[in-house]
Amino acid sequence: MEKIISDLSHHIRLNKGFFLWMGFLGLALIACLYAYIQQLSYGLGVTGMRDVVSWGLYISNFVFFVASSLIGMLISAVLGLIGMKWVHPITRIAETIAVAFAAVAGLVIVMDMGRPERLAYVFMYARFQSPILWDVTVITTYFVISFLLLLLPMIPDLAVLYKRFGNLPGWLKPVYKALSLNWCNLPEQNRIIRRSIYILLILIIPAALSIHTVTSWLFAFTTRSGWDSTIFGPYFVSGAFVAGTAAVIIAMFFFRKNYKLQDYLTDLHFNNMGKVLVLVAFVYLYFNINEYLVPGYKLKRADAVHLRELMSGQFALIFWLVQVCGLLIPIIMMLFRRMRKPLPLTIISAAVLLGAWFKRYLIVIPTMSHPFLPVQHVPENFKVYTPTLTEIAITLLSFILVLIIITLISKFFPVIPIVETANDKGLDPLKSIES
Amino acid sequence: MDENTVSNGNEQDPSKSSRRNFLKNIGLLGAGVTAGAAALYSGDIFEKKKAATGESRVLLTQDNKLVEVDSLEMKALATNPTKMMLEKGREGIPGKRWAMVIDLSKCRNARRCIAACQEAHQLKPEQYHLNTLQMQDNAETAPYHMPKNCQHCDNPPCVAVCPVDATYKRGDGIVLIDNERCIGCRFCMAACPYSARIFQWTTPKDAGKHNGEAYNVELNVPQKLGTISKCLFSADRCRDEKLPYCVSACPNGVYYFGDENEDAVTNGTTKETLRLSKLLRDNGAYQLMPELGTKPRVYYLPPKNRLFPFEPSTD
Repeated sequence: MEKIISDLSHHIRLNKGFFLWMGFLGLALIACLYAYIQQLSYGLGVTGMRDVVSWGLYISNFVFFVASSLIGMLISAVLGLIGMKWVHPITRIAETIAVAFAAVAGLVIVMDMGRPERLAYVFMYARFQSPILWDVTVITTYFVISFLLLLLPMIPDLAVLYKRFGNLPGWLKPVYKALSLNWCNLPEQNRIIRRSIYILLILIIPAALSIHTVTSWLFAFTTRSGWDSTIFGPYFVSGAFVAGTAAVIIAMFFFRKNYKLQDYLTDLHFNNMGKVLVLVAFVYLYFNINEYLVPGYKLKRADAVHLRELMSGQFALIFWLVQVCGLLIPIIMMLFRRMRKPLPLTIISAAVLLGAWFKRYLIVIPTMSHPFLPVQHVPENFKVYTPTLTEIAITLLSFILVLIIITLISKFFPVIPIVETANDKGLDPLKSIES
Repeated sequence: MDENTVSNGNEQDPSKSSRRNFLKNIGLLGAGVTAGAAALYSGDIFEKKKAATGESRVLLTQDNKLVEVDSLEMKALATNPTKMMLEKGREGIPGKRWAMVIDLSKCRNARRCIAACQEAHQLKPEQYHLNTLQMQDNAETAPYHMPKNCQHCDNPPCVAVCPVDATYKRGDGIVLIDNERCIGCRFCMAACPYSARIFQWTTPKDAGKHNGEAYNVELNVPQKLGTISKCLFSADRCRDEKLPYCVSACPNGVYYFGDENEDAVTNGTTKETLRLSKLLRDNGAYQLMPELGTKPRVYYLPPKNRLFPFEPSTD
């Protein structure tokens, strides 16, 4: 049992690797912040967006972020509530990813605003007819529930770590003391925490479905070809599970290697996560077929233009790379057990995650590029959208923020639940802290 | 019972009664003196004022009454012109339902409407509240030029999605934008099927020249960086009972503009006023993409019986 505690907490220390990594992220953050300051002072004109493609990288990145944050709900709530014990070591990784992506998704939307200083107007002059208001409401709710689901199950772990502090960084001691809320393993405390987590796990399911359904409605509530679809809600939700599962697998691989968690994140976990990814990818493939075949069969005029641009026009290269290398080939490969080993599965997941990002690009930009009426008498850069360097840097800024949040949470708190892991092995580390 | 007590008291103690009367008299005297002094004082001030100016002004109040006011009594109200125009701009012009008719058979792509519009609304050459598009419905039919502006829909998708009520539909049919309110999310641009909206991506035209000017919501100037702009049916001109900038500028008689409630539209070139319903009925008028249910307030007359050959635009 001592081994479990020290194995699961020995990564909590300030080492050279951590400083190097954070230093790198910090420098990158400063460089990208400079780009955002440029945008603040000169306006959104520093991006490649113009009157035709008026939503670009930022909005597609926002959709990707909301999508990736959905995984917290799939792993903890859906798989957890149906009694899958093997997800226990992965739940905290999933919640960390959920919290990081949900928090930064809100910032990404602010980055896209022409008048970010008027953010408060969204609350002052709130018009509930607008899906933007719904999105703000549900994303905030989802973030709060996810944050609580990260924090509450960690309380017993922090109590244990506080008790047997060992050689953890000294300044963490008051943090652990404060966050463990005087936990001393009383039956009453256990009852409260179990019930709270249970209620949160149920609440997070509708909240998670709402955030991505409402985000899909930002598009589906318009009449534009490519967005005017009744299946956008489930299509987005299933796509979100693909992106999130891939993100969790990549995170698992890095934590396993860097934090030496090979005994806890085993081949079994990768194998099972691979199966989950195959399942959700199949569901997503099914929705993709619906989304393209149904309008493709009828070929209404505007839909025909849209589909032609996607499949054989300006966006064909990205489209086929995303569909084939980001979805089809990964599905086929992951059907084989050998491909669900940690390293191959991580590489496949990286391809899937990259595909998932570009898929959002393909959902947003081609539809904007081809409005119903012809685009005439405008400069060339209005007709073809090319993201600028500033715009790419600001998009990278959001990824850097996510990485910083994930790094800080995973570095200073146990990545894998200690008490739960011990309990699963029939041990009870809490006995010792009962007072 | 009470009455008895009072009368008894009076009879029994006359001195009490006279004290009360005395106090009453003193009070009356005091009030009288104060009132008199006040009257004298204000009369004095009035006389002094009269002496100072002696002139009165005749003014027309908001409810159309003529009143006479001494010029000294007049004081300027401390107002915020932007706020006043914003409030007025939300209301619309009572009793009106503006409508536009565009006769495609007459459009020769002179683009004078566009120039007038861009001049009035401080727009750069690539920014269009109104654009003429070269259209061809299918390979067998003839191409034609189509001026396209905001359709001022009666069921406007842009207004529905605005999160802060910055863009709104007025009682007189005009869809406007409050750029003191707009947060620049561009959801309205995504929602508009007519691509009628533009965004101020970069510093607006002549931004320095118009610095500090009051914002006129019915003209949408000065244009503001990071906010939306679009055709306003020249709401400022409607208020002055004039035709919109584009309508007056057209040399070819393409545009008719008027009030649907009066059932009358006026041609901007010939100044001829016609019955709106008859014009639409007799000429096979149609709307852009009516199947979307947006209920546009702009009608098009088909490009038939053209008096000139079609010349393709350079773009």
